[in-house]
Amino acid sequence: MPDKNPLSSVNDFVVRFANVNGSGSASANEMFARAILRHGVPVSPRNIFPSNIQGLPTWYEVRVTEAGHLGARGGVDMMVAMNPQTWDKDVAGIEPGGYLFYDSTKPMPSTKFRDDITVIGVPLTAITNSTYTDPRQRQLFKNIIYLGSLSALLDMDPKLIEQLIGEQYKGKEKLLSSNVHALHLGRDWALQNLKCPIGLRVKKSDKVGDRIFIEGNSAAALGAVYGGATVCAWYPITPSSSVAEAFTAHCKKYRHDPETGKAKYAIVQGEDELASIGIVIGASWNGARAFTATSGPGISLMTEFIGLSYFAEIPAVIMNIQRAGPSTGMPTRTQQCDIIACAYASHGDTKHVLLFPEDPAEAFEFAAAAFDLAERLQTTIFLMLDLDIGMNHRLCRPLKWDDARQYDRGKIMTAEMLEEGRDFGRYLDVDGDGIPYRTYPGTHPTKGSYFTRGTSRDRYARYSEEGTVYADNMQRLVRKFETAQDLVPRPLQANAERPTKYGVIYFGSTSPAMDEAVGLLEARGHQLDRLRIRAFPFHSSVASFLAEHDFVYVVEQNRDSQLRQLIVNENGIDPVRLVPIVHYDGTPITARFIAKAIGDHQDHLKVTPLRKAVS
Amino acid sequence: MTYIAKPKFHHPGLKKNELGYTRRDYEGKISTLCAGCGHDSITASIIEACYELSIEPHRVAKISGIGCSSKTPDYFLGNSHGFNSVHGRMPSVLTGANLANRDLIYLGVSGDGDSASIGFGQFAHSIRRAVNMTYIVENNGVYGLTKGQFSATADRGSKSKKGVTNTDNAIDLVAIALQLGATFVARSFSGDKTQLVPLIAAAIRHKGASFIDVISPCIAFNNHAGSTKSFDYVREHNDAVNRLDVLVGRDPIAVDYAPGTVQVVEQHDGSKVALRKIDADYDPHDRLGAMTFLQKHAAKGQIVTGLLYVDPDAEDLHEHLNTVETPLNTLEADALCPGSAVLDKINASLR
Ligand SMILES: Cc1ncc(C[n+]2csc(CCOP(=O)(O)OP(=O)(O)O)c2C)c(N)n1
Ligand code: SF4
Repeated sequence: MPDKNPLSSVNDFVVRFANVNGSGSASANEMFARAILRHGVPVSPRNIFPSNIQGLPTWYEVRVTEAGHLGARGGVDMMVAMNPQTWDKDVAGIEPGGYLFYDSTKPMPSTKFRDDITVIGVPLTAITNSTYTDPRQRQLFKNIIYLGSLSALLDMDPKLIEQLIGEQYKGKEKLLSSNVHALHLGRDWALQNLKCPIGLRVKKSDKVGDRIFIEGNSAAALGAVYGGATVCAWYPITPSSSVAEAFTAHCKKYRHDPETGKAKYAIVQGEDELASIGIVIGASWNGARAFTATSGPGISLMTEFIGLSYFAEIPAVIMNIQRAGPSTGMPTRTQQCDIIACAYASHGDTKHVLLFPEDPAEAFEFAAAAFDLAERLQTTIFLMLDLDIGMNHRLCRPLKWDDARQYDRGKIMTAEMLEEGRDFGRYLDVDGDGIPYRTYPGTHPTKGSYFTRGTSRDRYARYSEEGTVYADNMQRLVRKFETAQDLVPRPLQANAERPTKYGVIYFGSTSPAMDEAVGLLEARGHQLDRLRIRAFPFHSSVASFLAEHDFVYVVEQNRDSQLRQLIVNENGIDPVRLVPIVHYDGTPITARFIAKAIGDHQDHLKVTPLRKAVS
Repeated sequence: MTYIAKPKFHHPGLKKNELGYTRRDYEGKISTLCAGCGHDSITASIIEACYELSIEPHRVAKISGIGCSSKTPDYFLGNSHGFNSVHGRMPSVLTGANLANRDLIYLGVSGDGDSASIGFGQFAHSIRRAVNMTYIVENNGVYGLTKGQFSATADRGSKSKKGVTNTDNAIDLVAIALQLGATFVARSFSGDKTQLVPLIAAAIRHKGASFIDVISPCIAFNNHAGSTKSFDYVREHNDAVNRLDVLVGRDPIAVDYAPGTVQVVEQHDGSKVALRKIDADYDPHDRLGAMTFLQKHAAKGQIVTGLLYVDPDAEDLHEHLNTVETPLNTLEADALCPGSAVLDKINASLR
């Protein structure tokens, strides 16, 4: 019989909850994650859910991580198996020495368990049914009861959970007390009948600091509020819907005129993505800050308008919360797979600005910045999030705002400027940066009006199909894109402790896994300089980084290494020097995966660490 | 250069409106459409209506899709901003523009291909959202710009220039607009300026979604025998329910209508639409009646023109969204940004 050798760890393990969609477990599971945070221990939770509303399996994973690793780790140390449908797979997924927590009301044949794990049975249904008669209550409180039992098993402080329940049901005394009661039902049963605590434990610490716990979509929506967006048009699509929903909620709170109660915003649920982006373009053309949020299929539909935004030079902000494509792909799984589709969206020669936030804090900052950039550059700006950041809570630094900050409305020719006799050519490159002046409709009775069109026109916006006129305009658009390089967030470089010929490029939600992977790689003797790309067009430091290294790994979450393609394409780099490291099964990339993929490649190259630099 | 500027010469004797503008101030570039195209007559009617209403030309935003019809905004109101967007998607662009600045006048110009096919959805949704606009479809039953294919408003049984018979049913945009809740619905004929000018003027004054379907024969591809959108056909089958004039509240214009035959409809903004009823029983306040009337006459092969329906108490999208009176595009950080103190509170709530 295999030795159980139970895992033992304080503040460093992974608990996974297997539930049935619609069973109301989400709030109990999230409370579990928050309770650990209240112990001062960082957590990194992830929703793993199907693209279905009711009945199918869902999982919620909480990585408890004193070290603060916020990427997914991979593997499960404790499985809370509440879904009979997925039992076999769930049990099989537990790490050797791990724990299985289940509802032991009905006896299970021994073949349903594993010898190398510790099985913990709590008769959850029996406890619930003996206390509650209402079926919905039974369903909901069962979740709180298992939370109570887990708190005893993991040695958590029940006061901290009570506090959370208190905050959640503030003002609803009845709900509050019944939830606390359920918590103690589960907790007391475990304390009386089981050996508590087990090898996995939560101990108070001070590693959370002033960090906040927020979803990327919510942070991006808040960024839109702070960034001055007044028009939002959207069409529901997973995983982006919560951006518009959060924007609506934030606006309801912060954007009403105190005197009249009227809204300083307009939100329209479009009939589709074509209408949503059309509304954004119309509003931006008329001088309002506008955005839409969508995902891959929506981007596909929007491309004609994106081309118009590029060529007619109209600001637009699109938040793309990427999911696994192509086509409907895996709607509730994460990927970074729309890089090429967004960078070159639409027919003809087009190029668009992409921003890649790594976490909710950057999602907030970049969202607000996107509106400045859109107006400054008079073009579409894509905020490229993905499901992993968008729909999961992440621990991140607090959001910050400088009250002195004014919005950059870009180059606007006002009635006064026109009166002064300033030459107005809508597509005239006055400053040599490729960015022309625009006027808002209604500016002046006789000056500054022009006709916006997707058709070719001259510098004064007069329709023209002359080749030289067209080429002149296209060249200016290239200059404008070059200007963008210095306006977008720059890449961040972090060098290895020792000089190395190898580098790694990564972006967005890969960040935490990459940060952790560096440690794992160092332990294997591999040193890598890192460059986190935060925007397209690429800053010149990307080319320098490439020039300084023999090989550069490009880590990304799509099949075809799309960022690598873009780098090769835009920098004229020999593709051989860029090694793709791709992860695209729809689950978030892990440190283990990156370290293995890069480590194996390095081993294959027979890389030995360089000595200290000779000066 | 593929563009023709209009000479700026103004005859000193030209009549001026209340604002001191002449008709020329409402003109745009010289049309590049085929000589005799119905769309040019609609352009002339728009110019006339805006002149008569004494609208400041630059306070109008004219937005269109793609097609010969959608080119026309370049040919009127040269001092206003125009936007030739993408095929069929004028309504969303107009909706966005309207949300950004509720103070301008929005004129949407589209074709039947633009609105009844590729843009059918957007047409419908802008109307059901009650966007404050005047939505004009220059309806010729064909795709003009792409040279004569049937559009979705071509009547079943009508013949293309190449002699092909259309076997698909036609979409009647007026019927659809009525069904979708448009609060001003009219149909007219490009060749009937007397009817069209006041209709456009009334639509502009109307607060809410105004829709005018204007039959506008395509000289090049749809003015032959067998077409139901040709000049001759429309003239023969036109059945006008009313003629109207717009009476602007502050300075009523005397109308020469005999008492008893004129029905005055007050609009939300105080202006009045005076209708000369041709059909004694026709009531333009009855949506259901309008729908039935339309269908009955269509079955007889008659094209009903005139103001078919108006709701004088209409609301618009801004009212539905309860937005501030100040145009959203003028709000800056002080009005929009909740500030760092609020953000600190938000941060605190997220721990
Ligand atoms: C996405 C797209 N599809 C097709 C076209 C080609 N196209 C240009 S105009 C037009 C039809 C215009 O017809 P209509 O709106 O009836 O206007 P008309 O020219 O008859 O006035 C078409 C199909 C296009 N510009 N864009
Ligand atoms: S093709 Fe037809 S619709 Fe187009 S301009 Fe000529 S007559 Fe008018």
